[in-house]
Amino acid sequence: MTTSWLTKNRTNVVVGAVVLVAAYIFYYAQNDIAPSMYASAWGYAIPLVLAALVGVIGERSGVVNIGIEGQMLVAAFAGFFAAAYSGSLLVGVLAGIGSGLILGGFLAWTSVKWRMDQIIAGVVLNIVATGITSFYYTPGQVLPGLMPSFDVPVLSSIPLIGDVFFTGTSIFATLAILAAIGVHIALFHSRWGLRTRAVGEYPSAADTAGINVEWLRIVNVTLAGSLAGCAGVYLSMDASSSFERGMVAGRGFLALAIMIMGAWRPLRAFVMAIFFGFINAVASQLQQSGNIDLPPQLTGTLPFVVTIIVLAVAAGRVRAPAAVGQPYVKGDQ
Amino acid sequence: MPEEIEYDPRPAPADTRPDHLEAIATTDAVRELPPEISGFGEGVVGEVVLDITGLSKSFGRVRANRDISFTVRRGEIVALLGENGAGKSTLVNQIFGLITPDAGTVSVQGDTTPISGPHDAIRRGIGMVHQHFQLVPVMTVAENMMLGHEPTRAGAMLDIESAREMVRTLAAKHRLAVDPDAEVEDLPVGTQQRVEILKALSRKVDLLILDEPTAVLTPQETDELLGVMKELAASGTSIVFITHKLREVLAVSDRVYVLRQGTVCGEVETKNTDARELATLMVGREVVLSIDKEEATPGETVLAIEDLHVKDDRDLPAVNGFSLEVRAGEIVGVAGVEGNGQRELVEALAGMRKVVSGSMRLGDLDLTKANPHQTHHAGVGHIPEDREKHGLVAAYSIADNLVLNEFDQPPYAKSGVRQFDAVREYAEKVRAEFDIRSSSVGQTAASLSGGNKQKVVVAREMSFTPKLLMAAQPTRGVDVGSIEFIHRRIVDARDAGAGVLLVSAELDEILSLADRVAVVHGGKVVAEMACVSADRTEIGRLMAGDH
Repeated sequence: MTTSWLTKNRTNVVVGAVVLVAAYIFYYAQNDIAPSMYASAWGYAIPLVLAALVGVIGERSGVVNIGIEGQMLVAAFAGFFAAAYSGSLLVGVLAGIGSGLILGGFLAWTSVKWRMDQIIAGVVLNIVATGITSFYYTPGQVLPGLMPSFDVPVLSSIPLIGDVFFTGTSIFATLAILAAIGVHIALFHSRWGLRTRAVGEYPSAADTAGINVEWLRIVNVTLAGSLAGCAGVYLSMDASSSFERGMVAGRGFLALAIMIMGAWRPLRAFVMAIFFGFINAVASQLQQSGNIDLPPQLTGTLPFVVTIIVLAVAAGRVRAPAAVGQPYVKGDQ
Repeated sequence: MPEEIEYDPRPAPADTRPDHLEAIATTDAVRELPPEISGFGEGVVGEVVLDITGLSKSFGRVRANRDISFTVRRGEIVALLGENGAGKSTLVNQIFGLITPDAGTVSVQGDTTPISGPHDAIRRGIGMVHQHFQLVPVMTVAENMMLGHEPTRAGAMLDIESAREMVRTLAAKHRLAVDPDAEVEDLPVGTQQRVEILKALSRKVDLLILDEPTAVLTPQETDELLGVMKELAASGTSIVFITHKLREVLAVSDRVYVLRQGTVCGEVETKNTDARELATLMVGREVVLSIDKEEATPGETVLAIEDLHVKDDRDLPAVNGFSLEVRAGEIVGVAGVEGNGQRELVEALAGMRKVVSGSMRLGDLDLTKANPHQTHHAGVGHIPEDREKHGLVAAYSIADNLVLNEFDQPPYAKSGVRQFDAVREYAEKVRAEFDIRSSSVGQTAASLSGGNKQKVVVAREMSFTPKLLMAAQPTRGVDVGSIEFIHRRIVDARDAGAGVLLVSAELDEILSLADRVAVVHGGKVVAEMACVSADRTEIGRLMAGDH
């Protein structure tokens, strides 16, 4: 069993080992800048991981969700202002997650039940999100406090990994790790996962096996909204303590690119998100060090330039769930 | 039971029973079971498992099923025989809960509550093998088999090892070898079919519906499947078997219901019938339209087909050494049970399908290398079998459909600019001439009835006076009045000097319309004769493959 797993995943294992060794060498060789770069990479990756999982769950069920950006924006808004007005961080977090669920439910209902074009439903969601959050935005609000941070026992003492992932961490950072592992296990080793993948690949096969295709899609897309909610709340309440108009800044779309590069697999998407976080950290490092005389707008485009390159390379190598984007009509085999 | 209202059900004399069909029916591959084990065949039949009464279903204007009633008893194999579009799949999809009937009841083992969906059907012991495989291509055999009733550990986690074991046990029990860990998309279609059958059997099944299960199988695989069906029936499973292949019906079924145009047009005991009678039931119809036509005066050869080989969509040989000549001023009818290469032949002639080998010549033009555009401009009119897909652009107006072949030619276009007045003028003329019933020529083709749609196609393909007219099932799904009109126009085209190749599944149509008939079986012409001297019984026998 173990040897066959190794031979099947040889490329992954080799690449992973090389990256890990390189990361450790860089960490100790460049002790002045590496730790902060790694911390910033992971900080940038956290919402991307959560948002990419939203995309993975949706598309594995056959529903394209390009409204993640809007879900995150509304959740960031709702979380921040609910916390500011109520004076409770917990109320803020729950409001953010709740708004993610509601928007997930909206997308699920319009695209699955009413069979509205999934892209249009997502675009509508994004436009509405931008409009609402800009309109109701009031400056001058502050959070009642900072999100709690903690060290994970045992794991935090691992060199490098412990420092980056488990020291002074937050609930959202921990959640991103647990969610990636959890969704992976659920998707590939649980009954729910088998049915979800069947529904996203070949819905009529699932239907004729007695599975309620529409219901499963609605539940999945709605519940995935809670993860988008977490990603949004993280941005306005944890990564920063303020809400700005348009603060999601394309992360929702970047997450979809990460989903594709991760081949619709949660753990690969997790790794790809960290890779993007690192690219972003490199971009800011280039800017700060002043070694290269480039305007910050140009270095800021680095993650997106890399996205285009990596997607071009990934195109044709990864395969999307076959039924993605297609509403299922019963009896229409 | 509207049993044999239109047809004389006299049992065929023993000497007309095609010997080879009996030989097939009793080959070793099909395991013959004595009646005392199989529980049927000697008047021993079980209780009624499935009882359908008055089932009707329409899709828009199309009445797919009309007042269908039939029963299936325990341990019985019932064949539903009919042409494509006769409503067989619609019927069984209603039994499996994929389609909701408009009227009528489906009673499963005495329970008459409507079947709410596949889940409900499975719960009541109905299993179905679908015409299009219902397998997830990127999943393994074991994953596909357990879908919907997964063995789990700790309530939610997949127990893949139990699923593998289930596959192995089932495969061994029914002697259908499959590898539980193979990915379905890597398997050949025959093996996928096995998986599909095992998947249905992996649940408790009292009634197994097989929707054209042999369409993709080789003869050997078919025999293997027929053997499995007999064993299942012997062990008490009832089977509804859909097919349009007579050989299989005769080899395996106990009773046959023949469906035509959405109704049951005959019910016969298999032991009291033969291929000829079944073919007549399936293909023929009572509305005999006598066509008043002059004797043909054939001229020079228009179309010469020699040793043509064409493959079908599954890459299997469909046209298999087909040779035929069509001369100017005659109608040659191609008669045969559907699925004997007629569709592929016509598509190859129209330039829509690649030719493997052989030659097709239209005068000096080599049709094997021509595309549909070149074929048309060489003077071939083509009335395609599937008018919705290949004959019309449903969203376009009648006028645009009428100039679909010529829209970029003068007078319909000048210097690349379309001339709408010329198009409309022409369309109005044709509409009157061909009696296309519509409010205006600007109406979309989609809004027309079947007969009027077909008239649009016929008008377009005939009005440029083709040298060769190919008409594939020209009157399928068309009302009687339009049939007569279309037949008249085909004869007119012949009298104007066109060679006509008429492909039809309806023998009556060919015998009344054509001057010469070529009978096809297995992708080649097995006999040619003049229509005036042709004998229906003889042609029926040849169509069934007895030659």
